[in-house]
Amino acid sequence: MTILVYLIPVALLAGGLGLSGFLWALRSGQYEDLDGAAERILIDRNERPER
Amino acid sequence: MSCCAPGAEQAMDLTGTTSVLPSGQEIRLASRLVGDGLRQTDLSVPTVHCAACIQAIETALAKLDNVEDARVNLSTKRVAIRWRGDEVPPFVAALRRLGYEAHLFAAEIDEKDKTLAELIRAVAVAGFAAGNIMLLSVSVWSGAEGATRDLFHWVSALIAIPALTFAGGIFFRSAWNALRHGRMNMDVPIAVGVSLAYAMSLYETINHGDHAYFDASVSLLFFLLIGRTLDHVMRERARTAVKGLSQLAGRGAMVLRGDGARDYLPVGEIEPGMHLLVAAGERVPVDGRIIRGASDLDCSLVSGESTPKTVTSGQQVQAGTLNLTGPLTIEATAAAKDSFLAEMVRLMEAAEGGRAHYRRIADRVSALYAPVVHLTAFVTFLGWMAVTGDWHRAVTIAIAVLIITCPCALGLAVPIVQVVAARRLFENGIMVKDGSAMERLAAIDTAVFDKTGTLTLGQPRLVNASTIDPVMLAIAADMAAHSRHPFSKAIAAFAGFAGQPKLEAVSEHPGLGIEATTADSTWRLGRRGWAGWKARTGGEGKYGGYGGTVLSKNGRIVASFTFEDATRADAKAAVGQLKDAGVSVEMLSGDTPDACGDVARILGIDRFVSALLPSDKAERIEVLTKAGHKVLMVGDGLNDTPALGAAHVSIAPATAADIGRNAADFVFLRESLSAVPLALDVSRKAGRLIRQNIAIAIIYNAVAVPIAILGHVTPLIAAIAMSASSLLVIGNASRLQSFVPDEPRRTAPPDRRPHTGTLAQPS
Repeated sequence: MTILVYLIPVALLAGGLGLSGFLWALRSGQYEDLDGAAERILIDRNERPER
Repeated sequence: MSCCAPGAEQAMDLTGTTSVLPSGQEIRLASRLVGDGLRQTDLSVPTVHCAACIQAIETALAKLDNVEDARVNLSTKRVAIRWRGDEVPPFVAALRRLGYEAHLFAAEIDEKDKTLAELIRAVAVAGFAAGNIMLLSVSVWSGAEGATRDLFHWVSALIAIPALTFAGGIFFRSAWNALRHGRMNMDVPIAVGVSLAYAMSLYETINHGDHAYFDASVSLLFFLLIGRTLDHVMRERARTAVKGLSQLAGRGAMVLRGDGARDYLPVGEIEPGMHLLVAAGERVPVDGRIIRGASDLDCSLVSGESTPKTVTSGQQVQAGTLNLTGPLTIEATAAAKDSFLAEMVRLMEAAEGGRAHYRRIADRVSALYAPVVHLTAFVTFLGWMAVTGDWHRAVTIAIAVLIITCPCALGLAVPIVQVVAARRLFENGIMVKDGSAMERLAAIDTAVFDKTGTLTLGQPRLVNASTIDPVMLAIAADMAAHSRHPFSKAIAAFAGFAGQPKLEAVSEHPGLGIEATTADSTWRLGRRGWAGWKARTGGEGKYGGYGGTVLSKNGRIVASFTFEDATRADAKAAVGQLKDAGVSVEMLSGDTPDACGDVARILGIDRFVSALLPSDKAERIEVLTKAGHKVLMVGDGLNDTPALGAAHVSIAPATAADIGRNAADFVFLRESLSAVPLALDVSRKAGRLIRQNIAIAIIYNAVAVPIAILGHVTPLIAAIAMSASSLLVIGNASRLQSFVPDEPRRTAPPDRRPHTGTLAQPS
């Protein structure tokens, strides 16, 4: 059962990483324009750096 | 139109025809400071739909002087422009050159985003906690024992803490709010059940007990939060779509100072006595008196009259009327807060009728539900105390009763149906303000329609085109293209080349008509008495009638035009469907009895009342309400606003005045009036499903509660029972998607637009 001592923290850490990743993405506005993000990939960014 | 355009754009098409470019001052007024001398303006650009549009718009706007950057949001069809300096860069003109219509959009990003962001964060945290605790619980159920089980319980307790404080906070606050005001809502039993379950589980964990309900309390929060988030997204989407429609009321007006200076002031700062300039195509901002100029005013939104009114200096004008043909200088006689518009808002608030007293089905059920549940749990506790005398066992079983009855299915039963129904309506171009509107709509037995702008389009249509000489019609159409007058627009629709002579000089005479010269003659299109100055036919007395518009050549009448107010698409079918659904239909209008009679006959409406003042309309609805009817009001004008407020439930077309749109519970974006019977149909079906869902929840309780009272509920059984009942309720709600309309649909099939991620939609 000693395996649990590090497996559980590892599992929770991995889950927590996913959760904080989602929260970060949410906060940095990545869900604000889902359609736009899908289309913007088609734009060449040669002359002007995108923000 | 593009494949992925939102429904809102169709409404823009309707209003776009009468709108003018927002002036630089208006844009400046609507912009907001984002610090550092930088201003941000949000424009709604409904036709943007692909990567090429994004690039074209962003590049063109960034090239303008003083523009810091421009960013298109494709999901919301908006562009945010940040700029600096005093002079407003010509964004709208630049966009129009590219072929995009742009509308000013009042940005209210700050407050509304917060609720949604909080809900999504709460869903994420609760989902994370529920998933992990459920995995640990599964190992406990499969036989983990002793120290291992205690370890799992402790870890579960730890994970549940952030979920309860963060995600549960939403419910705790709402429950506390309700209790403090002496009310009961669904959140009270949720809050009590969740917190007691946690407390007991913690006690069990400390004492090395078998049963802990951490999974139940957290997954309960997770399910309920999903329902709540969906509900919020639905309402927010309807709200932003309605807000995004172009504003009909001006934000400001051009004020002429005594020294000849011109200032653009916000409407709120206009005082009586100021002189205002109202250009053709603008709306009159406040009540006033004309001191210079003559024009035609479109009063359809204000009084419901379909024929434009000719005005000259000395006459009074009401706020909200649209100046059609000539520039006017008016002297304000009232501040905005005392103007006609504000008067309508006051009347509406005074008339606030049925809906203030309406309580949602969910609230009515929970008002009964919560006391019953708490009483049952308490009685169970007393019973087990009396029988066994073991207080620990009694408390455990009582809390198991609370958990098993926790209104998971009930909390989802109502919102999930309403979300599915709202989505169904949204696909058909109908926005629902909130769920209670659907419940109220399902109960109506009388539908009251406004005439101008609702049953009719408020735009005249030329009806005798086939009897007019094609050359004359072509000349008239060429001339009419120079005017904003509704009659001119109706004639201009018949433009085409038929060998007509080329027009040289065209001038518009406000209130009279259009004059044009060709190589050899003078043409006039307009009022009979003015255009046919050599004719002896009379007809000057036909003021306001539809027979008085003629085309004349050198003073002799060569063609006469007859108009009628075009009825809205499917209006007759819609009235018929409502009657079939057992709803009696009535028409109220501010227009003349003749005009009303015609429309009523065409559409098959038996009862109508004409020449009503705004307050009369609201009164008529109150009379109907007093007689025990539940009234649906469908209207678009400012004069309908009090009636929209007085009715049990109300629907407005997207072309309605701003306050009308805000007052109405439903807004339909497409031209077809079949939206009204469709909304009724979907609402009634939703009502039926809601009742079924509540019945399912009650049956579930009837089965589960005895088992719980007898003390046979373990955490495993609780988890299975709760998930099963939730799934049953969700499955039942989704049947609404597949309901076939009662009769074959008469309109075009709903366009299947790709649906974007609903969570991120309104931003």
